[in-house]
Amino acid sequence: MTKPAVLTGEHFMTGDEAAAEGALAAGCRFFAGYPITPATEVAERIAERMPQVGGTFIQMEDEIAAMAAVVGASCAGVKSMTATSGPGFSLMMENLGLAVCTETPCVLVNVQRAGPSTGLPTQGAQGDMMQARWGSHGHYDLIALAPASPQECFHLTIEAFNLSETYRVPVLVMTDEIIGHLSERVVIPPAKAIKTVSRPRAKGRKDRFLPYKPGPRGVAPMAAAGEGYRIHVTGLTHDERGYPVMTVEAQAEMMDRIMGKIRNNREDIIRTEAYRLDDADFVLVSYGVSARTSLAAVDEARELGIRAGLLRLVTPWPFPEEKIRALAGRVKGFVTVEINLGQMHLEVERCAGGRAPAYLVGHPGGTIIPPESVVDMLKRISGRT
Amino acid sequence: MSKSAKGSHHPLDDLLRTDRIPHIWCPGCGIGTAFSACLMAMKASGIDLERTAMVSGIGCSGRGAGYVKLDSYHTTHGRAIPFATGMKLARPELNVVVFSGDGDLFAIGGNHFIHAARRNVDLTVVCVNNLNYGMTGGQVAATTPSGSKTTTTPVGNPEAPFNLPLLAFASGATYVSRWTILHSRELTESIEEGLVKKGFSFIEVLAPCPVNYGRRNRQRPMDTLRAYQEKSIIMNDADPTRLQIDFDRAIILGKFVDTERPTCVESYDRTCRPPMEPADEEKAA
Repeated sequence: MTKPAVLTGEHFMTGDEAAAEGALAAGCRFFAGYPITPATEVAERIAERMPQVGGTFIQMEDEIAAMAAVVGASCAGVKSMTATSGPGFSLMMENLGLAVCTETPCVLVNVQRAGPSTGLPTQGAQGDMMQARWGSHGHYDLIALAPASPQECFHLTIEAFNLSETYRVPVLVMTDEIIGHLSERVVIPPAKAIKTVSRPRAKGRKDRFLPYKPGPRGVAPMAAAGEGYRIHVTGLTHDERGYPVMTVEAQAEMMDRIMGKIRNNREDIIRTEAYRLDDADFVLVSYGVSARTSLAAVDEARELGIRAGLLRLVTPWPFPEEKIRALAGRVKGFVTVEINLGQMHLEVERCAGGRAPAYLVGHPGGTIIPPESVVDMLKRISGRT
Repeated sequence: MSKSAKGSHHPLDDLLRTDRIPHIWCPGCGIGTAFSACLMAMKASGIDLERTAMVSGIGCSGRGAGYVKLDSYHTTHGRAIPFATGMKLARPELNVVVFSGDGDLFAIGGNHFIHAARRNVDLTVVCVNNLNYGMTGGQVAATTPSGSKTTTTPVGNPEAPFNLPLLAFASGATYVSRWTILHSRELTESIEEGLVKKGFSFIEVLAPCPVNYGRRNRQRPMDTLRAYQEKSIIMNDADPTRLQIDFDRAIILGKFVDTERPTCVESYDRTCRPPMEPADEEKAA
């Protein structure tokens, strides 16, 4: 029996399961993966659900192959996704770079666990944030979203597909073991209420089509394999025809295109959320599960008379530089709250530019940061101890 | 394909990105012959070329995708097969051909090869085996004969090479053959068979690399071709365990495997898809 792709209704499900349902609701019809704690449940859910909605699931021989298959499937015109965690994320960096260079839309869910190496496989962390930004070789821009609940795992996975298809760029959903394994209420709206976006499609004369000639927003329309355009796609530096050109000029032009489509559309891409920020002296900057810690800390600090607020990074990448710069002129300090030893903190510090001090409440990984740690920091820097 | 041929028409022009010629392959290289055989087989097979994609990895042979006037994908090193697997599974109506080299498919990509064969993904894999890494200047490969000199085995290769047809057979490929570029007619026919056959087809093509391999192993361009002529024995259905390449004694060529079993997509559809309800069946009809 076929089942609907959108399971409209109220559910009690984990973040991993919600991400899987979000993908199906977004129109994802190909998933290639490899088992890894704590992301396995995404693959398990999709393995069951994908054939019900006419899609295909495959468990590949490793994460390198999984990511390669995702890029191949997307080049065939099908919305595609994979899900993994730290060690698998490292293996996927190679073909993530191929997706960036060939401008192939795809979504990668990283349910983060503590590293380095095998680390703490069953325990959460947010230690892959800089790898998300810079993990594949060369210079590039991409988009990363950080859900803070199973409900957001659903919605932001849809958002990830929409952004990926709009900008022809890989989009990372940077969740973590805690959110991935947390069961909460997830409300799935009716299919008609879910906005889905598909990549700009190739049009016009097939013999004159230039596969990398930018269209609106700097994004080139995309031809899928089998549509008759006979395109060439390569991970080598290429021109608008898609042909390899080994010159400094071609490199500059291509980089300008793949960076520009993100940089010139920052306002459309970047999402942040503010909580009690208007009159805040101290700004907590956080994302994912740590934003929940921070939310509690803001209220506790306010009760102590410390004017704290929260800037939540829904899209850690691209980083909301302008927001931090604007705040730096009027606040007394930033506190980045994250389960690593200072990654997004470096960005906050950079954008604060010395105009406001930047502090870190970090953690080496394996558990959430308790709100008390954040309140203690706020007390110390506000002179309330 | 040379400039002097301007004005005349090459029979494969409609399948070539002629605006990308001259190609990068060296004088005496065998890849061009293997590539031509592949394109001729595509034309002869009658497959829908609008729905045919070529996928290559990295290396000299990996440049094949860059010269064919089809949907063509030049991917990452070793990953042509998993990329092609994703493409084929996402759109089973596509014909997907992998054209790449021995280093790409069997060293860095070896794991992907055996698993695609095991799954019986409906791909046609043409491997140009030139016994070394040509693109990077002639290093030892997983196919380099024992004792051969390369830039990374300056006193001789201490390792043993793969027997590729045996590996393909053991992994579950449903079509396995080996030819040399000197046997271009048989090679073309074999690729054509692989293209029209459902399932994982593997065609190994021995090709000389005089610039990087031959030069270091006292093989002038003609010596390699002479070896192909004098040492090769055509033995269809030969025992795959006896197919180790031995330039001193014999190089066995032919079609070694041609069997049937359900493809990856067929098995998935049968096993994992929910049975159609009568209403769905009416719609499909």
